[in-house]
Amino acid sequence: MQDNTKGKTLMQLFLSTLYISSFTFGGGFVIITFMKKKFVDELHWIDENEMLDLAALAQSSPGAIAVNAAILVGWRVAGFAGMLTAVIGTIVPPMLILTVISFFYQAFAENLYMALLLKGMQAGVVAVILDVVWGLGGKVVKERSLFLCVVMAAAFVATAVFQVNVILIILAAAVLGVLRAFWNRRASS
Amino acid sequence: MIYLKLFFSFLKIGMFSVGGGYAAMPLIQSEVVSGHGWLSMGEFTDLITIAEMTPGPIAVNSATFVGIRIAGVPGAFAATFGCIFPSCIIVSLLAFIYRKYKNVSVLQNILAGLRPAVVALIAGAGISLLRAVAVGEAPLQPANMNWVGLGLFAAALFILRKWKWNPILVMLLCGIANLGIGVLTGKG
Repeated sequence: MQDNTKGKTLMQLFLSTLYISSFTFGGGFVIITFMKKKFVDELHWIDENEMLDLAALAQSSPGAIAVNAAILVGWRVAGFAGMLTAVIGTIVPPMLILTVISFFYQAFAENLYMALLLKGMQAGVVAVILDVVWGLGGKVVKERSLFLCVVMAAAFVATAVFQVNVILIILAAAVLGVLRAFWNRRASS
Repeated sequence: MIYLKLFFSFLKIGMFSVGGGYAAMPLIQSEVVSGHGWLSMGEFTDLITIAEMTPGPIAVNSATFVGIRIAGVPGAFAATFGCIFPSCIIVSLLAFIYRKYKNVSVLQNILAGLRPAVVALIAGAGISLLRAVAVGEAPLQPANMNWVGLGLFAAALFILRKWKWNPILVMLLCGIANLGIGVLTGKG
């Protein structure tokens, strides 16, 4: 690829990720739909099946889904430079917005009316989180797998009652997941 | 050195939050609130509220917010870089493996085992946030209860479950309702 066209591709990649990241509220699953629209339907850089695989990869890797998806799309479109460009495009909007908010936060939180507003919104955010937990937990229970239910219950008791380190719980669950995958493979062969 | 501490703290958050969305929340709480005491539980609750209202991943939002509060703009860069660094390495490796084998099912198998634990951890973090709304940092006793906050929480959960309203709208309505009640009861 000529330098000229590569530069153009990188610029377009940067502006696309910047735009997508600025306007997606509601987390990683939402951003993947936007990326599909932009990179599959609009720019035709990636075909639909590959995008589905990239989405699955982004969701099953550690870290923020939006950042992971940007890394995968970036590599796919323009190699290492593409990866860096897409990641920077993705993190610049939240960094800028939170920087501005952080500088105003103190004044914000000390203003009586703002504090009341924020306090009420806190009650709302807890409801949003527990609503998500309800939905996700329900899905786990619906799979009717004793293994999954036991892992969920044990992890909950470990974190809520015994305050076990979060990282330890995740590692333990990952090990159990791997063991179970091996077990299932042996049982089926 | 504070920048290194921020970097490594958020490196851990980036490395062990699997499953997206709220998965980073329990890790941020354990590092930033219980681990280093960089934020109080009240500030952490504010942070989650702000993160929900603004675009971008919770982990990146938190890295910027905590970094700036602890060590200014350079702190924000240290923390944000820490939180995306593991992704850049691990996901890039996975991108290569994917190009060779075009198979993501092994990874999804491992994730299937992780998911219930992640759900439980989010539930745990959600409950400590609920406690912060109910009594703040005070002991859990009826005299300390913020009944208005709990009522708003219950109403919001009902609306979200039953009518599936937009979460940001529900949060805003809770804020406005609390402001209205505060002003009417003479707190404002």
